[in-house]
Parts: sequence; structure tokens; C-alpha cells
Amino acid sequence: MAVVFEKPKGLTDAVLHYCPGCTHGIIHRLVAEALDELGVTDRAIGVAPVGCSVFAYNYFNCDMVQAAHGRAPAVATGVKRSDPNNIVFTYQGDGDLAAIGTAETVHSAARGENITVIFVNNAIYGMTGGQMAPTTLPGQVTQTSPYGRDVEKVGYPVKVCEMLSQVDGATYLERVAVNNVKNVKAAKAAIKKAFKNQIEGKGFSLIEVLSTCPTNWGLAPTKAIEWLEENMMPYYPLGVYKDKTAE
Amino acid sequence: MSEKVLMKGNEALAEAAIMAGCRHYFGYPITPQTEVAAYMSKRLPKIEGGVFLQAESEVAAINMVMGVASTGKRVMTSSSSPGISLKSEGISYIAGCDLPALIVNVQRGGPGLGGIQPSQSDYTQATKGPGHGDFRLIVLAPASVQEMVDMTVKGFDLADKYQMPVMLLSDGTMGQMMEPVSLDISEVKTYEKPWAVTGTKGERKPNIVNSLYLKPDELEKVNFERYERYAKIEKEEALWEEYKMEDAEVCIVAFGVAARVSQNAIDRAREKGIKVGMIRPITLWPFPKEALKKASEKVNKFISVELNMGQMIDDIRLAIECKKEVLLCNRTGGMIPTVENVLSKIDEAIEGGRK
Repeated sequence: MAVVFEKPKGLTDAVLHYCPGCTHGIIHRLVAEALDELGVTDRAIGVAPVGCSVFAYNYFNCDMVQAAHGRAPAVATGVKRSDPNNIVFTYQGDGDLAAIGTAETVHSAARGENITVIFVNNAIYGMTGGQMAPTTLPGQVTQTSPYGRDVEKVGYPVKVCEMLSQVDGATYLERVAVNNVKNVKAAKAAIKKAFKNQIEGKGFSLIEVLSTCPTNWGLAPTKAIEWLEENMMPYYPLGVYKDKTAE
Repeated sequence: MSEKVLMKGNEALAEAAIMAGCRHYFGYPITPQTEVAAYMSKRLPKIEGGVFLQAESEVAAINMVMGVASTGKRVMTSSSSPGISLKSEGISYIAGCDLPALIVNVQRGGPGLGGIQPSQSDYTQATKGPGHGDFRLIVLAPASVQEMVDMTVKGFDLADKYQMPVMLLSDGTMGQMMEPVSLDISEVKTYEKPWAVTGTKGERKPNIVNSLYLKPDELEKVNFERYERYAKIEKEEALWEEYKMEDAEVCIVAFGVAARVSQNAIDRAREKGIKVGMIRPITLWPFPKEALKKASEKVNKFISVELNMGQMIDDIRLAIECKKEVLLCNRTGGMIPTVENVLSKIDEAIEGGRK
């Protein structure tokens, strides 16, 4: 019998703890596939964040470090600078990367740190039960914006790819989504390119992946995908925001 | 004996770190320790595998330290008091992940932005573990530029030996003053680090560097185990120096620059026939409790000489089980006690003893 589908070697056998319908699982798989296909899983070192994906260290089948909230790019900087042959990635959510860790994100990009950042944007703090995130949309109801995000009082969401596109040190910035097969394939290509850039020593790559949080959005998985398409994708347009390798 | 060179404390410790095998330094500018970073920025890029990186913040610097420490290489950062507060989060994680690293605190006056003159007001922060959770640092307190060198080398060794962060608790005086030093470092020990993240190379299961244990019984177990290690350190690693303690009736306890001032005061008091000596803790944690306890059986009084509002004095009282009175001779805010300050406190101890 022909094998038509396999778990990537870059993933362990641990059962994911993510909620039903959450797209972290897809994104984990894409990262693992990219590492496998590029043949670098056995020299990869991942840095897990604080947030829903804190347990990433149980799922990626490579050496892992668990970092303090927002500090993953700084930890990754140390790991990479220790041995440039290490293939180093961070896997971070929006609260981690775009709020408490903004300085670490911007400055690792500014330094052109030769690492790969996987940024999962689901517009909410998932692990702590659904509070307003730096990427929560205007009007979006969360536990700490119960009347909807009031931009007059708490300001606007942070658009990470747009912001980092102004940072000279950044090499490659792309926003993707995992809402359908076509986009999953595009996300895979972007993630793979981000790792390829690192292997080739081209510098800082960040892939922002628009993701769902059915539990904290209070929506069924299919409805969550629809909500992402109708609300998040117009506010956070997909596309390449910077690509020095194409210039 | 090797030739001695005249060096500033901050530069001597930086050179000693390199000699101890440290090739990675991450820091952020802050007075009065900036010479450490400046020295490293000059030296490390010229050494194979050397990395100097000025971080965007103290927070980032300590996390870069954590990154290198995770890979099993010797790494350090240095800062001064306000910067150490910012590093506290990272220090807690480094301790929680059982990673070795050297953190230098060239103390200045506080709280808040405080001042830039020498201080010992981070004693409690350092010895009780800066950051959240149950943990300790080994804290080394040099009292000369030579000890800045020796303690740096020892600090890296202890960090590797016990897989934990070590702090070199210096102050502006030690950092800024120049003294002749020998950089003849006899032996640099190396340690196996099978836990390090170096890439599996397809030869082993993944290593995970982590401080998260959601199950309370597991976290308790990890903390219990860590404290067993700490108990061993308390038993085996306490360092101190005794000065004229043989016949002493009054015992001064002082470290760092306070010990140097105290030593002068002791010599002056001895000229007048006053029997005073000193126990100088070299490790502040583990605190030389046994030495103090033993001294408490002989001396009438203790004097704690500190550049703070009296932080070490509590540890002295605990060590001697409050069996003898402990007087405080202190200046703070960047002021250094004078020999006269210490002498008048010695007089007070003697006078009080005669009552």
C-alpha cells in the first residue's frame, strides 16, 4: 500500500492541547514540514513563547527553549549568535510579539538578526481566556473590551508587517492565512522561504499567520473561519510587505 | 608569580571573563559599569567565536544571555543597580531553567534612579534572589581588583558546577579603581552539558530548556531538588576571610569596599590596643554562617559595616542566633563610611561593653 499522508518528522507524537478548530495545529505542521523539507530539523532550535503555544516545546521534534513573555526574539538572538549553524525560530502569538515583546521584535528585525519568526495573529489573548490583544480589531468584544474595542480610548490595533516594513534591517515580511487550502499552501511556501532565507544567511524573516480562536471568539470553528475572512483579512491584508531577496 | 598589570576593576573582570572562556557578552549602557561593555566591544570581535552585542534593553540583554546559556556556552552580562532590577525577570527564568550564567552588578545608590556613586544597597536583592519564585544566586563580593579577576573566574566555574546563575556583586569603587593585578589564571575547568540545546544532529532526543511545570506536584519536586543543591552549596561553598580575629573582642563584618575601610580602622584601633577583628564574607550567598556563629562564642559584639541602610545585619543576627548585639555602621546613597566612622562605632561597641 502506498503511503499518501504522513506526520512530519519535525513533529513529536504528543497530542496537541489546542482547542477544536484552532489553527495552531496547521501552523505547527507547516513549520515542521518546512524544516523537514529543507533538511534542517536536526539543527533547528525553536523558542516557545508565553501564550497558547507555550507548549510548542512538546510538539516540535527539535531542541527547544521556553522564553519569558515577549522575549523569544532576544533568546533566539542568543541561541543564533552562539552558533550561526543553528537554525533558530521563534513561534509567538500577538500578545507576546506585538505587546509585551514589541521592543524585542522591532530590534531583532532592526539588527537583521538571522532568525525566522512565526507570528500567529488571532486578535486575542487565548491562553488567559480571551482578553483584548494589540491586534484586537476595532469594535471587537473581548473579556477586557466587553463593549467592543473603543479606539478613542484604547487606540488602534498594531499592524506588525506594515510597521516592520519600515525597518531597514528586516529581510522578508509576509502575511498569510490558513483559512482554506489555497492559503495554507501559500502560508507553507512563505514559511519555507523564511527558513530558506535563514539557511542562506539572508537575515530576519517574519511570517504573520492570521489564525482563529473559536473558543475565545465564541464561534464554531467554521464560523470562526468566516469571521476571519470577513473581519481580519480586510484589516490585515495578506501579502508580501517586504522582500529584500526579490530586490 | 606572573607579572602584574595595572588595571581598572571593570576592565580586569572583563579580561578575566574572556580568560575563563566567556565568548559572549550582552549588555546595555549604565554608569558605573560601562567600561565592562566598552572593553568587551573592543576585545571580543577580535577573538574567534567572540560576540559582543549591545542590546536594546537590559531585559533583552539578559534574555540573550539565557539564549547562549541554553546552548551550553559561557556567557555574561553586566549592569548596575537599576539595570539589575530590569534583568530580574530573566534571572528568575535562568534560575528556573537551571542555566549557568554570570551576572555582574556594579552597584550604585538607590532606590529608583538613585545616584551613580558606590553602594551596597542591592545586598538583599542579590542574596535573596532577584526575581519571582523560590531561587537563589551564588553571590560573590570582591574587595580588590585582583578579586574582581579571581571571583569572575570562580563565578563561571560555580555557575557551571551547580547549573545556576552567579552574581558578582561589586560596586562603583571596585569597578572604577585601578590596582595591580595578576591575570595568571591557573586552571579553567570545563563541564559536560548534555542538557544544552545544540541541535539534535539526529543523534539524540530533543533537549528542552524550560521552567514551566503546570502540575503543582511536579513544580514542587523541581524546587525541592533545586534546594537540595542549594543546601550542598551552603555547606561547601561559603567563603570568607578573617582578619585579626584570634583575640578579637569586637568583630566587624563587612564586604567589598566596606571591608577595606574597616581593615584600616581595625589597624588604627589595634594601635590603641583595642582588640577588634573582622570577618569578611566573600560569598554573600552562601553566607558564612558557621564562621560568624563560631565567632559569636568569643566576641562581645559585632559591627556590620555597610553602604546601605543595614541589609546584611539581619543575616548576621540570624547567623549568630541573636546571641550578641550587632551594631550598624553605615552610610548610604553613594557615601562611603570613613575610617573615623568605623572607629567611633568600635568605640561605641567597647563603651557599651563596659557598661
